[in-house]
Amino acid sequence: MRHNRKAFIGLVALGVFAVLAVVGPWLAPFEPSMRSNALLQPPSSEHWFGTTHLGQDIFSQVLAGTRSVVFVGAVAGIVATVLSVLVGVTAGYLSGSAGEGLSALSNVFLVIPALPLIVIITSSLPETSNLTIALVIGLTSWAWNARVLRAQTLSLRRRDYVEAARANGESTWRIVLFEILPNLYAVIASGFVGTVLFAVISEITLAFIGVSDAGGWNWGTVLYWAQSQQALAQGAWWWFVPAGLAIALLGTALSLVNFGIDEYVNPRLRTRSSLRGVHMRVGFTPVLIKESS
Amino acid sequence: MKERILDVRGLNVGYGLGDDAVRAVRDVDLTLHKGEVLGLAGESGSGKSTLAYGMTRLLPPPGVVTGGEVLYHLEDGSSVDLLRLPDADLRRLRWSEIAIVFQGAINSLNPVQRISTQLVDVLKAHSPRTPHRLRQDRARELLTLVGIATDRLHSYPHQLSGGMRQRVMIAMALALQPRVVIMDEPTTALDVVVQRQILRTLVDLRERLGFSVVFITHDLSLLVEFSDRIAIMYAGRVVEEAQSADLYRTPLHPYSDGLLRSFPALKGPRRDLAGIPGSPPDLRTMPTGCAFHPRCPRALDVCDSQTPALGQSRQNRSVACWLHPVAVP
Amino acid sequence: MSYLLKRLGFYLLTVWAAVTINFFVPRMIPGDPVQALITKQRGQMTSEAVRSLYVLFGLDKDESLASQYFSYLGQLLRGDLGMSFTFFPSPVADVIGDGLPWTVGLVGITTVIGFFLGTAAGAVVGWRRGTWADSLIPVTTFVSSIPYFWLGLVAIALLTGPGSFFPASGAYEIGLVPNWDWQFIGSTVQHGLLPAFTILVSSVSGWILSMRNMMVTVSSDDYVTVAHAKGLPERRVMLAYAARNALLPNVSGFALALGFIVGGTLLVEIVFSYPGLGLQLFQAVGAKDYPLLQGIFLIITLSVLLANLLADVAYLALDPRTRREA
Repeated sequence: MRHNRKAFIGLVALGVFAVLAVVGPWLAPFEPSMRSNALLQPPSSEHWFGTTHLGQDIFSQVLAGTRSVVFVGAVAGIVATVLSVLVGVTAGYLSGSAGEGLSALSNVFLVIPALPLIVIITSSLPETSNLTIALVIGLTSWAWNARVLRAQTLSLRRRDYVEAARANGESTWRIVLFEILPNLYAVIASGFVGTVLFAVISEITLAFIGVSDAGGWNWGTVLYWAQSQQALAQGAWWWFVPAGLAIALLGTALSLVNFGIDEYVNPRLRTRSSLRGVHMRVGFTPVLIKESS
Repeated sequence: MKERILDVRGLNVGYGLGDDAVRAVRDVDLTLHKGEVLGLAGESGSGKSTLAYGMTRLLPPPGVVTGGEVLYHLEDGSSVDLLRLPDADLRRLRWSEIAIVFQGAINSLNPVQRISTQLVDVLKAHSPRTPHRLRQDRARELLTLVGIATDRLHSYPHQLSGGMRQRVMIAMALALQPRVVIMDEPTTALDVVVQRQILRTLVDLRERLGFSVVFITHDLSLLVEFSDRIAIMYAGRVVEEAQSADLYRTPLHPYSDGLLRSFPALKGPRRDLAGIPGSPPDLRTMPTGCAFHPRCPRALDVCDSQTPALGQSRQNRSVACWLHPVAVP
Repeated sequence: MSYLLKRLGFYLLTVWAAVTINFFVPRMIPGDPVQALITKQRGQMTSEAVRSLYVLFGLDKDESLASQYFSYLGQLLRGDLGMSFTFFPSPVADVIGDGLPWTVGLVGITTVIGFFLGTAAGAVVGWRRGTWADSLIPVTTFVSSIPYFWLGLVAIALLTGPGSFFPASGAYEIGLVPNWDWQFIGSTVQHGLLPAFTILVSSVSGWILSMRNMMVTVSSDDYVTVAHAKGLPERRVMLAYAARNALLPNVSGFALALGFIVGGTLLVEIVFSYPGLGLQLFQAVGAKDYPLLQGIFLIITLSVLLANLLADVAYLALDPRTRREA
């Protein structure tokens, strides 16, 4: 991490969002659902992000909504990551039809359009809460990482030291836990971060089309009300801009962390190519010679 | 004195810039004569491949050439410095004058294009006005030259065996009748039988076409057999240079001696197989003095404080070692 | 052609999985939604329609699970997706039939254009690494983190309004009758531009990033160095060697990512009130119109699979290693 400015910035931003998730609802100056007489006001010193058609404080809604977003992202990320490790590593390590079957299963889940699937499941559930939404997203979005992990495991199990451990008669569990998994940490971490990003966007999208935790706030519900009350037609830009920017900031932070991991896994991607104004070109190695000497 | 074709003077090549920079090739002087096979040997990490790619400016990022000159003597008697040539001129000179056979032909051929396309595009790039038919004929002729049936012309690389792919690479290298061919471990990835066949083909072709060769390998016994002169590299420097027969009979540098003992000799007197204890130094934390001294069985006191320079120790022999007093030029 | 046959087998498996999910999911719905509908329509439903909905929801309790499953499959094979609650008494198949062409036209075309534009731009950015082109990366990262629909909201706020060329909603001028005359086509294009632009901006950035990374990775492969050593013109090295190979993972990535992208792009329809499947999905969620939801899910899945199959054919044409020549 020492050399990786991108990952560092991303992690700091994620930390800020995590803190806001905990303290946000307490910091909020107003009760997010509380109505007032200040209807549809633009941003002011009292209402930093303006108010809704019912006089609710949008700043408080965005702040309080952080908790639900971070919660769903984290829970769905953990569920999907655990599933993907189980399915992916097993599929990669087992040879024969069991491995093929698990691999086909993850491909099926990968190809089925995720968002419509999540929509039909969540809207059929007897109740929708942050937890059920997080679980549905987690249970339907593990396939991509499982696929990546399977490919990695396949190549790892052919390495010499794994073959040697097998020849020594070490148990499969020991080999997987101590020889294979440690080499997959970076891939698993990158998969986790990617899934969190997907889960956050999915939750917000669900809320935007009207599937959300009853009575709770998240950035998507803010946008849902903005859309359904025709904030745009009324020129109330403050109603949807803050929530959208919050999503974009969180998303960018997650992407930055993932870039850091990618560059760690694939050193060719490190953008140190224009160090000190020298343009590194493939095919024409730069020549740096002080002509005076 | 034979005619010189390539002169490397004080070449420095490294990876990265600033604090993390690694100097992989240090102050290397090397001369290639017309019609000669110059062998370049050393363990992996000794800088022999970096040297070859550095002097042709083909080293991928983060490679950087940090000093020296590479003089190429053209047929008309004029010389150019490859390191100071404008890109367009260097591109024109590449392959038509200096061609390269890379190590690992599996990755050297573009996997999604036919052999014919890859043979023809180099002809097209260097002589755009030749009619298409003549180029196709030339491509067929080249395959025949390296012993591949012409009906393979339209194959894809994955349809050929490893040996055939390396033959295709050799055919491609000879397409424009270059005066210099650099061969970077051309047979390392192949099995022994195919290795010998390909070397045979190379020897034949060189006798027939008369190009000069820089032959890079870690297999010194191969060089002894195949090359006229050998330069041994260690930790980015040339530590010994001699006619291959001389080097084989009486290696002066303890490292050359160790290398020769690492391989069973194919002919000539038998030696004990000993190898060299330890491993090459990390280029970031080089030992002081002679880089080889921590592994050297005959190290002197002076070796860990002062770096020996490469110089003539006797007729036609250069060595950089405190055991052999040299006349520094 | 065993490669394609294998892929076809996989797609059939996926269709079966989607259908089976569709069969089981409605069982979680609390209460009896069909009874509620019958009460609401006060007996206007034919007994045939009621029967079809019961099969769809698995409410015919007298039958075994297996026979419920087979009667459900039989019903799907006849193209009977049930009756829409919101658009009563239109069958779901008809409702989707109205929306599908708009979605294929908007989402389908822009997704493909976005892929080509992004891949081309990513190839250039990856090739020109270490130059000004790198500064595009933070911008594309930021844009690709924004949900598509939000970008649509911003576009509407900034670019539409009284006197603007861009209409804020709909797929054509209200009052026009859909047909193939110039006035209608012109109106359709005018209405489609802004949603299409929104989808393009969001989807292009993802392709730029992935193609750029592939270019950077491929650029230090041996065959690219060989191409430089051969003294080929830079354009040829970039296109025929680097980009041509970097394209392969991007094409298979396109097939795999389609399921994700389509989900996001459908939402743009909601923002622009564009009368495609996305807007219908939105209406179905609001009205708890389960048969329509399920039908849309099935149709989207089938369309994505079809697109996948096309991507497979493209891959087959691009990568000689997957072709088995006897």
